[in-house]
Amino acid sequence: MKSVIKGTGYILVHAPDMVLHNGTTQTIERMVNPDGDYLKKLPDHIRSFDEALAYYPNQVYIGNITPEELSEVAQPWYDKTSPVRDRCGQFGQIMPEEEFLLLMDACDVFDLVRMDTEFVSRHKDAFARNPMIDESITERINAGTDSAEVARLVNEEQAEGLYHKDELVGCVIRAHDIDPSLSAHVMHENIVSKASSVLALLSAVSNAGIAKEEIEYVIDCSEEACGDMNQRGGGNFAKSAAEIAGLNNATGSDCRGFCAAPCHAIIEAAALVSSGAYKTVAVTAGGSTAKLGMNGKDHVKKGMPVLEDMLAGFAVIIAADDGVNPEINLSILGRHTVGTGSAPQAVISSLVTEPLEKNGFKVTDIDKYSPEMQNPDITKPAGAGDVPLANYKMIAALAVKKGELEKADLAKFTAQHGLTGWAPTQGHIPSGVPYIGFARNDILEGRISRAMIIGKGSLFLGRMTNLFDGVSFVMQANTGSDRAAGISEDEIRRLIAKSMKEFAAALMAKEE
Amino acid sequence: MDLENQRRVKSFAEQYGPENVVVLLGAAEGEACGLAAETVTNGDPTYAGPLTGVQLGLTVYHVCEPEVKEEFDPAIYDEQVSMMEMVLDVDDIVNEMSGIREEFCKYLH
Repeated sequence: MKSVIKGTGYILVHAPDMVLHNGTTQTIERMVNPDGDYLKKLPDHIRSFDEALAYYPNQVYIGNITPEELSEVAQPWYDKTSPVRDRCGQFGQIMPEEEFLLLMDACDVFDLVRMDTEFVSRHKDAFARNPMIDESITERINAGTDSAEVARLVNEEQAEGLYHKDELVGCVIRAHDIDPSLSAHVMHENIVSKASSVLALLSAVSNAGIAKEEIEYVIDCSEEACGDMNQRGGGNFAKSAAEIAGLNNATGSDCRGFCAAPCHAIIEAAALVSSGAYKTVAVTAGGSTAKLGMNGKDHVKKGMPVLEDMLAGFAVIIAADDGVNPEINLSILGRHTVGTGSAPQAVISSLVTEPLEKNGFKVTDIDKYSPEMQNPDITKPAGAGDVPLANYKMIAALAVKKGELEKADLAKFTAQHGLTGWAPTQGHIPSGVPYIGFARNDILEGRISRAMIIGKGSLFLGRMTNLFDGVSFVMQANTGSDRAAGISEDEIRRLIAKSMKEFAAALMAKEE
Repeated sequence: MDLENQRRVKSFAEQYGPENVVVLLGAAEGEACGLAAETVTNGDPTYAGPLTGVQLGLTVYHVCEPEVKEEFDPAIYDEQVSMMEMVLDVDDIVNEMSGIREEFCKYLH
C-alpha cells in the first residue's frame, strides 16, 4: 500500500504585539538592557496587518504567489508591495492578531485565557465570519473578563498579558501556583502553538476535500513541550488540537526533533498509512512565539521593518493511495545517523546523495529540492546569508564531486533544481515542508515528477547531544501501480470466472 | 556568537591559558566569521554575551584558510571540507579573518 499527499494547509498569524512582549530577543533585552536603544526604536519598526498582507513571501506561504514568481522579484522584498494582498490563499490564510487572540480563547479548555469583555464583543463577529471557523469553535469563546481584573491578574498574579495595538486586552493565567512547567509564560506559548496548529489542521482538511471523521491519527511536530513538572514535555499537542478541530475519530501523538521534526513526522505518517495501521494521518505544527523578532536587532539597525512578526503553521494530510495524488516514496529515505558526523559534506551526503545512489538516481534526477526554505529577506540582513541558496550550492558541489555535474553548471543547477526561500524563520516551519503544497500542484500538473524534501535539526541546542540531525524523503508522481494491480486482479478473477463458465457450458454441451 | 559558546570559549581560555587556545570557525559568510572572530579577540560586539568587554585576543582561523588547510591530512580535508570550500567565498572569508587577526590577536607567532 502506498501513501499519498492528499492536501496541505499553510497559515500565518500576524502577531506584532507578541513580537514586543513574547519574542525571546525582546524579553532578554528587557532583562539585560531595559533602557537600551533597541527597545526604544523597536515599536517604530512594527508592520501593520495590511503591510504584512502586502509582503511577497507571506502571499507565497499561503499559495497566492508561486516560488517561481517570487524568484522573479528583485530582493529585498520588504520595501516592495505585492500586487496580491489577499487574506486567503489556496493553502490557507493570514489571520490578524485580534482574531487569533479569540482563537486562543476558543482553544483553551482550562479557563486560562481571560479576554477583556469589550474586546470579545468587538471582534467576535469578524471571527465568526472566518471561513475556517464554525460554530463549534465560536461557542467555545468565553463572554470575557472585566478589564480591571485582567490588569490585576497581570500585575499581581504573574499572568502573561495579551496585547493588541499595545493595549492590554486579555491574559493567560498560570495553570499552577508553583509548577514552572505550567507557568503563565509556558501556557501562553503552548496555547499559541495549539491554536495555530488548529487553524492549519482545519485548512488542510478543507483543502484535501475529506470529512473530518476520516482522519484517524494526528502527529504534531512543533517545537514546544506541554506537561507538568512531573512529566515536562509529556504531550499531547496533536490530540488536543484534533479535539478543537473536531477530528473526533482521531488520536495522535507528538514527534520532536527540532527543525527536522516535520520531515520525521511525515515519514512516520507515510509509514503508518503504508503499513495499513491508519488510512488517513494528519501531520501538523503550530507557530512559536519565542522566535518572533529573533533577528529584530539587525532589522532595526538596518532601518527595516521587523519581518519576524508572523506566527506560522502547516498541516499535511497523508492518505492511502488514490491513484492520483503524489506519493511519498519510502524506499528513498535520507538519514543523518549517529555515525554520520557533523561536517556539512557528511550531512548533505547522508541526506541527498546516499539515498539517491542506493536507488540508482543521480542528483540531477530530482527536479526540485526543498531544504531549509528560510526567507532570505529575513536572514541576509542578520548575517546568516541566503539559507536555501547555500543548501543548493552544497548539493550542487556534491554533484560536482560525484562527477554528475560540471563545475561550470553550479549556478544553473541552483536555478533549475532550487527554489527561492519564502518561509518565516519559525524553526521547524521552514524545514523542507513549505514546498509540499506547491510540489503537490507541480507534480499533479506535470511540471515536475520528483521533489526531495529535506529536514535538518540542530539537536545540540537541547544540550543532550552534540549531534546534528536530518532526514529526507522524495515525493513523486503517482505511479498508479497499486491501483493497476487492484484492477488487474479483479480483471483476472473476472476472466477466470468467465472461462470456467464457458468451460462448464462446453462440458454440458458435450454431455448433451 | 551563541551565548553558550561564548561561555565555553571563555572557560577554555581560563582553563588552558589564552596563548594555548586556537578557535577554528566554520561559518559560511565573511560577515558572520568576522563577528565570531571579533567576539573571541576583542569581545562580543553585540554586548549580549559573557565575552562582552573581554579581550581574550585568541588566535582564530576559519577552516578554509590556507594556513589551516596545510595542517590537514589531504584525504580527510577532501572528505570533510572540500565541498564547502567549493561553495564558500573563501577570499572574502580570508580577507575578513586576516583583518581581525591583525587588529586583535595577541598570540600570533
